[in-house]
Amino acid sequence: MSAPPVYLDAATAAPMHPVARQALLAALDDGWADPGKLYTQARRARQLLDAAREATALTLGVRADEVSFTPSGTTAAHGAVLGGLAGRRRFGSTLVHSAIEHSAVLHAAERHVGAGGTAAAVPVDRLGRLDLTAWSTAVRAPGVALAALITASHEVGTVQPVAEAAAACADVGVPLYVDAAQSVGRVPLPAGWSVLTASAHKWGGPPGVGLLAVRKGTRWESPWPADERESGRTPGVVNLPAVVAAAASLRAAAADAAAEAARLADLVDRVRERVAAEVPDVEVVGDPVLRLPHLVTFSCLYVDGEALLHALDRRGFAVSSGSSCTSSTLRPSHVLEAMGVLSHGNVRVSLHRETTEADVERFLTELPGIVAGLRAEAGVVGL
Amino acid sequence: MPDEVIDCRGQRCPLPVIAAARRMPEVPVGTVVRVLADDPAAAVDIPAWCRMRGQEFLGSVNGPDGPAYDVRRTH
Repeated sequence: MSAPPVYLDAATAAPMHPVARQALLAALDDGWADPGKLYTQARRARQLLDAAREATALTLGVRADEVSFTPSGTTAAHGAVLGGLAGRRRFGSTLVHSAIEHSAVLHAAERHVGAGGTAAAVPVDRLGRLDLTAWSTAVRAPGVALAALITASHEVGTVQPVAEAAAACADVGVPLYVDAAQSVGRVPLPAGWSVLTASAHKWGGPPGVGLLAVRKGTRWESPWPADERESGRTPGVVNLPAVVAAAASLRAAAADAAAEAARLADLVDRVRERVAAEVPDVEVVGDPVLRLPHLVTFSCLYVDGEALLHALDRRGFAVSSGSSCTSSTLRPSHVLEAMGVLSHGNVRVSLHRETTEADVERFLTELPGIVAGLRAEAGVVGL
Repeated sequence: MPDEVIDCRGQRCPLPVIAAARRMPEVPVGTVVRVLADDPAAAVDIPAWCRMRGQEFLGSVNGPDGPAYDVRRTH
């Protein structure tokens, strides 16, 4: 009999929170009408949407009219970058961003550069932490329209010095966009940002709901064709049942966040220590202290990342990898590249509210044998 | 100039790193081995391997044979 599957890829998508499931089912009955219309069914939908927005704003610590729901975290990130640049085009056309932003942010940056704009990537150190000196210099350059910084690396967990980076931006009047996809619903949000995005399926909400928050007074202009919905920030009718579920699960996740963060941080500490001690020739990457509570990444020397993912999957473990052989582009993770750490044999383990100590123990018990087996097959033992 | 060249063109990571790791103990200390590798991951992984193994990474060159990485055996 095989052991039950252990899902360890919450940083991609967390299993749906039971509160999300309940809210989704209830809203399917009550929230199907277009909230923009004037009849009874639409008013009911509007009430649900308003309540979802109020609850989400409360959790984020912003005003309700600063929050828009988007069709995904990716669209939110695209809108944040392109809208932030559009709103400040009178001041310049340069986007400053860290070298370890999510690919959604980098793809928006590529679009901007393709349209004649410029982008400047700021490096990180070996632990994946932003070079603040280089950041301050970059945002001070003439013609900077927007700066983008991930709150904490989605690949290695290192928390970024957002408050300091925001202060450098504020000094020169450059708005700061933060991608908070790995932080919202898990850890307190940093201060000083002008635009923020997140993604519901990272906190246990349904897939297909993103958050775009634009603080009052921020020069931000929608990069999309005009549409009056969601304060004009994102076109199209929202998937209201999913939005309701996203808001309900965010409130539930935020209520438990401190306790969950403490519990998961202990489990991640255990993974960091045991993997380093029990798997030979492994590099555990990311800041050991200033890190997300739920995420840990390591690379196994001489091991093919794709083979490792498949071997783990056969034993019931679902994990992610930044190795090139696991990406469609055949390039290694730009995050690992920017840090200068080993990119092959890479595994990212990310935990969630259903992850138990027993799950982590089973993973830690089986991993050394799985890695040893792959190394024996490849004939690299003792190299 | 390198003392010898290992041709890993067409090989995907971690194969170029493994090839370098296999060759290194066979050459005298001080030897510079050039690894030709067109897999983009080699640019990250060969320097990282040098750091983990305490060998000296001398840098990368991009010549007529494509990207190449020079490593000196230090121990």
